[in-house]
Amino acid sequence: MTYGSTWYRSLFTHLMLIVIGSFFIMPLVVVFFTALKPGPELYILPPKLLPNVYQWSNFKEAVMTIPFVKYTLNSLFIALFVVVGSVVSASLVGYAFARLQWKGRNFFFAVLIATMILPGQVTMIPLFVVFKQIGWLNTYYPLIVPAFTGSAFNIFLLRQFSRTIPQELSDSGKIDGANEFRIYWDIILPLTKPALAVIAIFAFMNTWNDFYGPLIYLNDKNLSTLALGLREFQQLHGVTWNLLLAASLIAIIPSLVLFFAFQRYFVEGITLTGIKG
Amino acid sequence: MNQKRKTRHSIGTHLTGYLFASPWLIGIAVFFGFPILASLYYSFTNYNMLNRPAFVGLSNYKVILTQDPYFWKALFNTFYFMIFNVPLTIVVSVLVGLLLNQKVRGIRIYRTLYYLPNVVSMIAASLIFQWVFEPSFGILNQFLSLFGIEGPGWLVDAHWSKPSLIILSLWTVGGPVLITLAALQDVPKAQYEAATIDGANALRRLWHVTIPSITPTLFFNLIMGLIGAFQYFIPAMIMTSGGPVKSTYFIAHEIYEKAILEYRMGYASALSWILVIIVLAITAIVFGTSRKWVHYEN
Repeated sequence: MTYGSTWYRSLFTHLMLIVIGSFFIMPLVVVFFTALKPGPELYILPPKLLPNVYQWSNFKEAVMTIPFVKYTLNSLFIALFVVVGSVVSASLVGYAFARLQWKGRNFFFAVLIATMILPGQVTMIPLFVVFKQIGWLNTYYPLIVPAFTGSAFNIFLLRQFSRTIPQELSDSGKIDGANEFRIYWDIILPLTKPALAVIAIFAFMNTWNDFYGPLIYLNDKNLSTLALGLREFQQLHGVTWNLLLAASLIAIIPSLVLFFAFQRYFVEGITLTGIKG
Repeated sequence: MNQKRKTRHSIGTHLTGYLFASPWLIGIAVFFGFPILASLYYSFTNYNMLNRPAFVGLSNYKVILTQDPYFWKALFNTFYFMIFNVPLTIVVSVLVGLLLNQKVRGIRIYRTLYYLPNVVSMIAASLIFQWVFEPSFGILNQFLSLFGIEGPGWLVDAHWSKPSLIILSLWTVGGPVLITLAALQDVPKAQYEAATIDGANALRRLWHVTIPSITPTLFFNLIMGLIGAFQYFIPAMIMTSGGPVKSTYFIAHEIYEKAILEYRMGYASALSWILVIIVLAITAIVFGTSRKWVHYEN
């Protein structure tokens, strides 16, 4: 879009960006300062943003109120397996949809799209029953195993991306006598790394933040994840807001680190993988 | 054209395809096909997982539609949320997308900041906004009091509880914004030039060039938004437990309660099938009308 690059136009745009952006950022800023307040300061009127006393010990106390380290390790454990499963399955199945010809491919692609539309509630109940009957309740299996069968979104993502790789590369591999797996492994797979990176990052974040899965399948406190553990703060008698917010801040640190380190993949991951069409 | 050789080659190719796709094929059989059929079966039974399922015909559906004290309230809440949240999200995502598409210095930083709330987990966001919406000490009412406005009870006020949830959901509009942004960046420049030559001003260019060009993406966001709206309940559960007076009690919440907390698998399955039928009907309508307003590039 070409407009005249007048300075007041630019200023107006910046103003809009800042005003609207504050809606997104202010809650986090306020949370940060509220987490540092000593208990009594939370309720003074008129309310102030900045604490009089910066009680950094709130963070330490928050970490000690719930089994923070254990929950963090649990979340990490689950997340790593899910990342591996997501990447492997999306890679293999995306390859099948993108670069292989097989009978029923179009039909199953329609099925793939359909599974994205299905409300999860209808499959949740029988799965819960089955998991209970095979003894998988209160284990991490229900949270990890499905990742290895591939999620529709990830497969779709990888399929779209793989289709942009020129057919000639596969053909030259065939001419050299390679079988399909070698073409996949040596030629196509390395080229799909950007898409795989997007999948890995999103898989980690979604698992790290997942509340619903652990809520349904985990009862044992020792197995609890960090996301689930945050709720324990809420259930203490008399919500200690500063500790709760402090804990929330600590809990989002890995996501923030990942996000800022790989923001290119987040913000441009959509374009990277061509999902928008 | 040696027919025999072609068939032999083809069988190997087909097998390879199925082999590569096998993790997912197994997955949809186990995690979709079987559960869908099973839940349909359960919906016609009473089943508490201790005894075998007992066939009761349409009794579950009858009870839900006529005797369940909260079903119709939950359905109303869910529709309310859908009707306001989905169009609002789309409109806001387009407006914010247009804003983030501007060529100003540091626009990348803004894009990052606008997406930041999406990085925060749903539970953390819910807890944070429970604090934001706190009637006496939360920052929202503090902010309003700067202008002399006395803010409402938000989450604890039955008239403001659902709007509060919608505000929270707009906080994470960064997700749809990114998708919309990608589409905006893909609009063919040639069309803008042609429109400008024809004398179109910025607003007309927006309406006649930009919007039609991104309709496939809007369609995608619409479908995804609808699906999400009908499954929505976790922030509401965390922040309000479905109250006050069940004003934030959603269908998905009732399904969770009946299945996971009360082990009434038959009843919960019937609820979930009513939900599925509604979602499929609405999705079908949206797909059906999409021909009229979605423009695909050929």
